Amino acid sequence: MAPDLLGPTLALSGILFSIGVLGALLRRNAIILFMCVELMLNAVNLAFVVFARYYGFGGHVLVFFVMTVAAAEAAVGLAIMLALFRHNQTLDLQDINLLHG
Amino acid sequence: MHIVFWIFFASAVVSAAMCILRRNPVSAAMWLVSTMFSLAGIFVIMDAPFLAAIQVLVYAGAVMVLFLFVIMLLNLDVTASDVRGSLSIGGAVAVTGLLIVELGALWVYTPDRLAQELLPAGATTFPGGIPADAMSGNIVLDVAKPLFDAYLIPFEATSVLLLAAVVGAVVLAKRRI
Repeated sequence: MAPDLLGPTLALSGILFSIGVLGALLRRNAIILFMCVELMLNAVNLAFVVFARYYGFGGHVLVFFVMTVAAAEAAVGLAIMLALFRHNQTLDLQDINLLHG
Repeated sequence: MHIVFWIFFASAVVSAAMCILRRNPVSAAMWLVSTMFSLAGIFVIMDAPFLAAIQVLVYAGAVMVLFLFVIMLLNLDVTASDVRGSLSIGGAVAVTGLLIVELGALWVYTPDRLAQELLPAGATTFPGGIPADAMSGNIVLDVAKPLFDAYLIPFEATSVLLLAAVVGAVVLAKRRI
């Protein structure tokens, strides 16, 4: 890797994270919101990988842990989606207001 | 190598944007897979080919298939737009624009500046860091060594986490236990 790619790669990580935040704020579909969370986790992984070039392979190991947490999150989260859909017949976050009072 | 990086850069940003703009959850998921493939390409450029393979296998392969499976199982109605109201759109764009400006400022970062900011004066290498020319040449060994040495306890903890996730997913999704 050429040395001057550190900045652009970190910026790409930040841009992808921001797009994930935008999607999570913009959409009401619970599954799209979950995909935005995955996008943010991926962006953070990219920052870990690029910094690992300067700090050693600990960054690569942390990417493994993030992927494990993401997989666990997807499994539990999608099970929650199934339970929610069975209960409400919708995944629109505006219609899911059980805790609204 | 540079031109390949910029191709993957553009592909990742465009795919991520399409992912949050497509109304249909299935096409959003396919664009997210495209983003993950682009990131895998950048991982290869950043000397992490093993992580690139894991990214494609676990993320693009397993996790996204799970997403598609649930989307198609639920068979959601996608005729109506699910974007929030104009007030929320304004707030979201303002917050995200600020975030992009802040994080995009990392563009000017260079390795020299990183060393200057993080290292004590006089030091030339990063403490505990492995320079690129010290890699053993075995990409799996490079990652496996710290994983089963310095990070052994967290590694075992993730196995408990995965077990808890499996049990939790079964309990939540099953009608009658």
